[in-house]
Amino acid sequence: MEKKSFFGKLDVKTIVATALGAALFLVLFYFVKIPSPAPNTNIQIAYGITTFFGALFGPISALLVGFAGHALNDFLAGFGVWWSWVIASAVAGFFAGCAYKYCDLEHGKRPGKMFFIFNIVGQFLAWVVIAPVLDIVMYAEPMETVFVQGLVSFVIDTLSALVVGYILCVAYAATRSSSSSLDKE
Amino acid sequence: MKKTKLFSYVDKGTIIHKLSGLTKLICFLLLSFASMFTYDVRVLLILLAISLIISYIAKFPFRRYKIVFIYFLVFILFNFFLNFLLAPGYGEELFGTRHVIFVINDYFTLTWEQMFYQFAKLIKYLCIMPLGLMFFFTIDPSEFASSLNGIKVPYKACTVFALALRYFPDIQRDFTNINLAQQARGIDTSKKASLKQRIVSISKILLPLVFSTLDRVELISNAMELRGYGKAKSRTWYSYRHLVKRDHIAIAVCILIFVTVLFMRYFVVKDLFWNPFI
Repeated sequence: MEKKSFFGKLDVKTIVATALGAALFLVLFYFVKIPSPAPNTNIQIAYGITTFFGALFGPISALLVGFAGHALNDFLAGFGVWWSWVIASAVAGFFAGCAYKYCDLEHGKRPGKMFFIFNIVGQFLAWVVIAPVLDIVMYAEPMETVFVQGLVSFVIDTLSALVVGYILCVAYAATRSSSSSLDKE
Repeated sequence: MKKTKLFSYVDKGTIIHKLSGLTKLICFLLLSFASMFTYDVRVLLILLAISLIISYIAKFPFRRYKIVFIYFLVFILFNFFLNFLLAPGYGEELFGTRHVIFVINDYFTLTWEQMFYQFAKLIKYLCIMPLGLMFFFTIDPSEFASSLNGIKVPYKACTVFALALRYFPDIQRDFTNINLAQQARGIDTSKKASLKQRIVSISKILLPLVFSTLDRVELISNAMELRGYGKAKSRTWYSYRHLVKRDHIAIAVCILIFVTVLFMRYFVVKDLFWNPFI
């Protein structure tokens, strides 16, 4: 097995995959909305896409998937880009991508515990630290509102990112043959 | 399933459409950062007027986008109430005075300060929104990547944006097809199904969608590699328009507005909010 760099390769395939990942993120963000028990929040399965692309292509790719996907979604929805949350999406993507070095989906292996650790840390930083702090700094939102919103989205988004991302990773790994499937006789 | 026609570029030939994409991007960023940096109601009202004038010049079809505005209004009204419910005393904290309008109980006291703060926020949202709409309404999608490159974003990241916009309709079509095919096989994705049922059915759409997209990645990246993409350090753009006199004027005006707002913020008012209560 060749050694993987932490940031992933930046070849043509990764760039195209990132772009299509962002488009996929956009489609899911826009069309698939499962209302959650909490009011005015939806379960966004799109975050599973960043998690999956992170594990497959690395942090830079996942960062761009989150950033481009979320920013373009805000543009298309028409209410202007909510930069603080877009940046939070990008950060969540970057951390999801940190699991890239420790995953070996290409050779049919399921993601291990590093996958979960990085994703939970990333989602926590994104929704409970970065999004609320940027909301306060950039938009002068009152502290109570943003932290309540942040906590709710942390719980929902982490669940969807992990569940959807893990399903996708396992399904992808199952289509790849393991590098050690042939034994020397 | 209804098709979204929200993002469609039509060249209306107005002066705004004739500006180069790079100019539009720079002006958009300057104006939206300007409105982000201030909470001064006077400044925000002027910015709002400017963005409305721009939309008028660009012949923005307000009527066609009615649904967006309604959605947006519901969103900010909800935010308005949430704000009051969670932090009814935030206005007093900001302005340091207390002018009571009426009292519900000790916690929920409506004050002029709170109303003023929430009004400022409302104007701010109203100010940012037409700017974003205008930008996407008037920029040629094929010019978008070259404009991003114009403000020194690495060209590979620009390609990501351009490709994402290019393939959004394709993936949307795939999604619709897969969705309909799965519905024909009896998988319920509508609102009638229970939450658990819907999650299961969505995963049945998600897997084929993601894997067909990954197949497409191979195809596109092969085509791009054959054309020598990514071999050189920089790149030229087919749709790039050189800046002419009107572009320089537009950029200069926006820089002037931006600097004025910053000047007001840091040297005249010296605070995020303009305080009429003292």
